[in-house]
Amino acid sequence: MTTDDLIYLALAIPVAGALLLWSVGRIQPVREGVSLLISAGLFATVAALVPAVMSGARPAVSLFEFAPGLPFAFEVEPLGMLFALLASFLWVITTIYTIGYLRANGGPHQTRFLICFSLALASVIGVAFAGNMLTLFFFYEALTLCTYPLVTHSGTETARQGGRRYLAILLSTSILLQLLAILWTWVATGTLEFRSGGILSGKVSEPVMAILLLLYVFGVGKAALMPFHGWLPAAMVAPTPVSALLHAVAVVKAGVFTIAKLGLYIFGLDNLREFAISEWLLYVAGATILIASLIALRQDNLKRLLAYSTVSQLSYVVIGVAIANAHAVMGATLHIAMHGFAKITLFFCAGAIITATRKTEISQLDGIGRTMPVTMGAFAIGSFSLIGLPPFSGAWSKYYLVLGSLDEGYYAVLAVLLASSLLNALYFLPIVMRAFFPTGGAQPAAVSGIAEAPVMQLVAISITALGSMVLFAYPQLLFNLLRPLVGM
Amino acid sequence: MSAGALPILQVVLPLIAAPLCVLLRRSGLAWAFTTLITWCLLAISILLLIRVMAGGVISYRLGGWAPPFGIEYRLDAVNCFVLLIICVIAAVVAPYMRQSVAREIPAPRHNIFYAVYLLALTGLLGITATGDAFNIYVFMEISSLASYVLIALGPSRQARTAAFQYLIVGTIGATFLLIGIGLLYTMTGTLNLADLSLRIREVSDMRPIYAALAFITIGVLVKLALFPVHIWLPNAYTQAPSAISAFLAASATKVGAYLLLRFIFTLFGVEFSFEQMPLMEILMPLSLIAILVGSIVAIFQNNLKRLFAYSSIGQIGYLALGISFGSTSGLTGAIVHTFNHAMMKGGIFLALGCLVFRAGSVDLSTLHGLGRRMPFTMAALIMGGLGLIGVPLTSGFVSKWYLVQAAIEADLWPVAVLILFGSLLALIYVGRIIEVAFFRPPPADLQAMREAPLQMLIPTWILIASSVYFGIHTDITVSVSERAAEVLLGTPS
Repeated sequence: MTTDDLIYLALAIPVAGALLLWSVGRIQPVREGVSLLISAGLFATVAALVPAVMSGARPAVSLFEFAPGLPFAFEVEPLGMLFALLASFLWVITTIYTIGYLRANGGPHQTRFLICFSLALASVIGVAFAGNMLTLFFFYEALTLCTYPLVTHSGTETARQGGRRYLAILLSTSILLQLLAILWTWVATGTLEFRSGGILSGKVSEPVMAILLLLYVFGVGKAALMPFHGWLPAAMVAPTPVSALLHAVAVVKAGVFTIAKLGLYIFGLDNLREFAISEWLLYVAGATILIASLIALRQDNLKRLLAYSTVSQLSYVVIGVAIANAHAVMGATLHIAMHGFAKITLFFCAGAIITATRKTEISQLDGIGRTMPVTMGAFAIGSFSLIGLPPFSGAWSKYYLVLGSLDEGYYAVLAVLLASSLLNALYFLPIVMRAFFPTGGAQPAAVSGIAEAPVMQLVAISITALGSMVLFAYPQLLFNLLRPLVGM
Repeated sequence: MSAGALPILQVVLPLIAAPLCVLLRRSGLAWAFTTLITWCLLAISILLLIRVMAGGVISYRLGGWAPPFGIEYRLDAVNCFVLLIICVIAAVVAPYMRQSVAREIPAPRHNIFYAVYLLALTGLLGITATGDAFNIYVFMEISSLASYVLIALGPSRQARTAAFQYLIVGTIGATFLLIGIGLLYTMTGTLNLADLSLRIREVSDMRPIYAALAFITIGVLVKLALFPVHIWLPNAYTQAPSAISAFLAASATKVGAYLLLRFIFTLFGVEFSFEQMPLMEILMPLSLIAILVGSIVAIFQNNLKRLFAYSSIGQIGYLALGISFGSTSGLTGAIVHTFNHAMMKGGIFLALGCLVFRAGSVDLSTLHGLGRRMPFTMAALIMGGLGLIGVPLTSGFVSKWYLVQAAIEADLWPVAVLILFGSLLALIYVGRIIEVAFFRPPPADLQAMREAPLQMLIPTWILIASSVYFGIHTDITVSVSERAAEVLLGTPS
């Protein structure tokens, strides 16, 4: 099997898995086994592509032509490789977690849940491997549609409202702004290919390029740049595994990944720097980082706090692309992975707490570290990583972002990054403190020993928490993969 | 049989079959006969299209009289494509009819129903195939009269009111068309379209020609149901028997679009219509209003048939908008959309017919939790809806792609944004259905509800599947549409 065929396989596995689940999903153990099998199969397939991409190959396939010169095509380049690798690896872990979660929490429509999950992953792989902007757009929209039933899963009025908000913001930004920008690019340049150095140079004037950037950046609503971030907190009505994998990793990362792709291959980093058309983006992203963190400070619902923290962290990636020099882009792309590991750990913890205690509010968590030491220990690790402390992987991406802003002399960006670390510490550390060192009288009456979440959830939590530390110790894999992107 | 007779066979076959159908007293026989005829017609239309794509124009002289004195049937890429659309819809709807009609129409009237259906088909095919202006009027009357009867056969009493309303509006429209054709005949002395298009150049600065364009355009717009002459459409689609709603939604308005194309481009020419006359300035705002108003009104409907009828008014807006650009990509978008919308809306109305068959109603409130009981019907409805929104990989996306491209090429930014905005409105009305069908608990007595019979599901899915297929394999529809656009603009490549 050639590496090109692996692309088909990577797309086919989750789709075939969804069909399989649909036909045999009624029986619980079968359902769980199939889910594990397809996620592991997908990860193996994606991983098998790594050596080729590392050695400089760009596996590519083309299916059919949408219009002359506009194929429906896939090409694996380092950034997409990283994203696919991250999503498929974390899917395996999430599947383990989900099985524990669904067994403990029950609920109807479990087969539909797993099917949509599988299709969402297929869309993510499509986004990651897309060979041109139109193909990417197809899967971007598919991802929104596949995840909508997951947001609305419980069928309550709140869930339906959350789902409406989710669809409304994501689809309207993508159709009104992104699609318009894509068509404009197509009419102006006659291509939508991803080409190193961009396709817009010399084809459109500088002001047009600036408008296009505006349309694209806000058109990618999944990047949750303010003011189009409202869908992410709304999506928190979804079951926790969905929030963990999709709304901390796959969906939101598809957004910032698209922005990174646009910067690298549609606009070209040199153009972004040279024409200073992305300067306003620094302000918007910087403001998003700070405002979202401030909102997070005031949340009592743990999942909502994590959602706002995600909004804030996503803009790290955007700001890195906007700075557009080698260090900053390295930092931005690394952050896609680093934040992924940290944030999924935190969501896993939130879900474990719900499973074990039914508690959703931070104010209820006094002393919970005594009964759930593994969960809260992992929560601490995830928090430290997001703050940017060594020895956790978030330190690397933050380090490169800081370097990038110093290279360019953007001291304001530096200040934002440092302030954000401080804010992260301010909203995460109190939770950890409260869990392990409950204040005064709030000592839980009966310390009934360990009362942890189900083992399968704990296994998943431990793996992702450890992952954060491993990636700090051995970041070379990611460095080597991403180096060709920025010419370092 | 010589190949030369195919164009006339396309029209005469259903015309002769209609009275024969009345003689078949047994419902099943009449149905089988009708189905057979529509399948033959489909085969003929495919043969014709293949021949036209390979060799250009086919001309057939009725009774051997040479044009411009005799009646000529003239087939090029444009009307062959429309013939194919009509025949596909007719051939897919016919098998579906058996059970749907048995449920909705009293048995003694079945043979009449099928006969009138064939007559309506004759009219639509005739309008499309003929190359003679007066002949167009005659066939339009045939198809309209047949449509009034079909609508009046609808199950509720309001069906007759709806048919009567359509009759009044439709007759006014036809009269306008007739006056326009009369003016043209007075000025040029010919009724043959090809001949007219040459002679009209000589007198194109005369008032009566201006008036003729105005009369004909309005007459055709009534048939097309473009805002503000759309008022007959919502009632007609809502009250007609389900299979007829599907047939009319998918084919009758498409013939209206064809006539508009034919008169504006082939007959009057781009220059006259768009430069001497302000057709773009009139058509474009109307289309945009149609898109917005149709879609917004659709959002507030609870009767699904009415909802999708208003959605049709919006979609017809897209069609007219594409025409109003007067450019190749605009026309390509319009013609592609004619085909795509026929598939999507046909499929949607057939799915609604399945709902009527099982649930007895198409009210939004009967849909609660129906996604589990009738998964295939609801899935078809949703897929069709996604096409209307213009989600990528459905054929609706292809249409929007070309329309927006045309707007950008013409530097009409607000129009481009409005086209995309229309998609969002469609999202709202389709979203409401999805939410009710899949995310609301079914009422207790829904347990007994079953999926619709296969004989209805398969035709529904043929149309829905083809709307997806042509969203992926765009080369077929787009190349035919581009060819048709070139024929219309007189710039064959």
